[in-house]
Amino acid sequence: MSQEFKFTVSDPAGMHARPAGLLVAKAREYESSIIVSYNGKSVDAKRIFGVMGLGVKQGDEVTVKVEGNDEDKAAAEFEQFLKENL
Amino acid sequence: MKTIQGVGVSAGIAIGEVRVLDTADHAVERRVVDDPQAEVERFRAARDEAVAQLKQLRDKTAAEFGEGKAELFDTHQLMLQDPDYVESIEDLIAQSKVNAEFAVNSTAEQFAAMFAAMDNSYMQARAADVKDVSRRVINVLEGKRGGAAEDEDGGESRIILAEDLAPSETVQLDRAKVLGFVTAKGSANSHTAILARTMGLPAIIGIGDAFNPDDDGHTAVIDGTSGLVFVDPDEKTLAEYQGKKAKYEEHLRLLQELKGKPTETKSGQKVRLYANIGRPSDVAAVLANDAEGIGLFRSEFLYLESEDYPTEEFQFQAYKEVAQKMGDRLVVIRTLDIGADKQVGYFNLEHEANPALGYRAIRICLTRPEIFKVQLRALLRASVYGNIAIMLPMITSVEEVRDAKKILEEVKEELRGEHIDFNEHIQVGIMIETPASVIMADELAAEVDFFSIGTNDLTQYTLACDRQNPNLGRFADPHSPAVLRMIKMATEAAHRHGIWCGICGELGADLSLTDIFLEIGLDELSVSPTSVLPLRNAIRNH
Repeated sequence: MSQEFKFTVSDPAGMHARPAGLLVAKAREYESSIIVSYNGKSVDAKRIFGVMGLGVKQGDEVTVKVEGNDEDKAAAEFEQFLKENL
Repeated sequence: MKTIQGVGVSAGIAIGEVRVLDTADHAVERRVVDDPQAEVERFRAARDEAVAQLKQLRDKTAAEFGEGKAELFDTHQLMLQDPDYVESIEDLIAQSKVNAEFAVNSTAEQFAAMFAAMDNSYMQARAADVKDVSRRVINVLEGKRGGAAEDEDGGESRIILAEDLAPSETVQLDRAKVLGFVTAKGSANSHTAILARTMGLPAIIGIGDAFNPDDDGHTAVIDGTSGLVFVDPDEKTLAEYQGKKAKYEEHLRLLQELKGKPTETKSGQKVRLYANIGRPSDVAAVLANDAEGIGLFRSEFLYLESEDYPTEEFQFQAYKEVAQKMGDRLVVIRTLDIGADKQVGYFNLEHEANPALGYRAIRICLTRPEIFKVQLRALLRASVYGNIAIMLPMITSVEEVRDAKKILEEVKEELRGEHIDFNEHIQVGIMIETPASVIMADELAAEVDFFSIGTNDLTQYTLACDRQNPNLGRFADPHSPAVLRMIKMATEAAHRHGIWCGICGELGADLSLTDIFLEIGLDELSVSPTSVLPLRNAIRNH
């Protein structure tokens, strides 16, 4: 099983250094693997260079896939986090 | 004297001795190691030390600049802990048997290249972050501490000149000893630019090839607004910029002291202190200088910058933007004041011998109501988004005001028919800029909600001096008692009819007249945004 949701970035600067850092720190709170996909590329949300390297801009939609023991909790909280910070 | 043009990214002026910082990327030596495992351990220890340093830097930054600025160094720590980054370095050491310094440097180059290749200037600027954190690890490996900027320098405060400055280098500089920054590279998005603005220090970037390490120890003047750098300034330049610096610092001091303070004399007389603007983007300056409203928003830009009559929607968006940004503060928008010195091709106005006395402003609006109505519709529609007032220019008679109000009523009726919301009680005022309007002030005051005196035209028409004629200087004196008496008459007439009266011309900012304006009892003064705080200061000292 896994959890999947889509999210549209509203931060004017996209997934830039500061929010990307917050995102990675948040992803690391969970045991589940969290994969962010955009434009045919998938990266580990726990890796800052991967997340920044996606080049996600304002208005872009990313797909987030959460898989692991705490996936329900992780997916719900991570989605909430994205809405509040990006 | 050497003059260099760079890009100003943080305002202010600094005068002082230059200190050149050696921040260039030094070549990292490549060595073969016998024991790769031991080298990996050496890298890990250095990496941990670098992360610990960043943690300290984070706390220092949070204390000095706030949490927002400190978060960058959290991201820097994550970069050093990124598994891809770490794996790349450790693989290089294990497989190629290279020294840790070389592996870190190669990996940094590779990750920086990835950011540099992205089609986003913000991300491109992040290449500097990768190099910055990697340089820190290399310094630890080489037994140095921190960045180049960290070395001790007991001397005087200096202007920092560098090829480029990493954000960590910027914050590590002792603030008390830095007067400003000049860099050869850099971008306006760089953290150095952002931090310089937060620190309130002037900064100039992008001087490129003009960067010369031999300038170390020379005197320089830098202007973070214009982006100009003068090395070894001559007497005249030095004196000029000392004056500018004093003025700028005085302005900053006023800003600090007077922001949020009421505009009120010692005896409690209150004056509404507003700002004049010419386009929506000027609102930022209005807010930064703490103006209490906008006393004159010249709508001409909408016409002057168009190829054809601006549409209702285009005008509506501009008025709405300003109204929203100003919240409940008053925004007085002057209807089109085309003609005279402001000519627009598509209006097809005939050539006139005396354009200042010609077909202009309200005279166009009343003879071509189809143009006027588009603007009035846009103004009324925008009126629900804030506190907008309409101001009619070049009024000379009661009939003109009544005719304009009749057209406004027609437009209101149209909007009601279309069920479009607008402010039913929108204030309508007139410019007092002709002698006729002063003479008829009592009758006019009975028709409108406010007067705003346009001192430039009022001076021109009262003294019969063409504004455009440079030979009339001594005759076109706005301090003339004739002009001041006109202002007094209009104000008194307004007050007899219970309406307010202000000045929106340049004379409002003339501090030598502030006492007279207060005595006359003007209710409002609207000046350019940068004049707001000096004027508030003068009024508070009255």
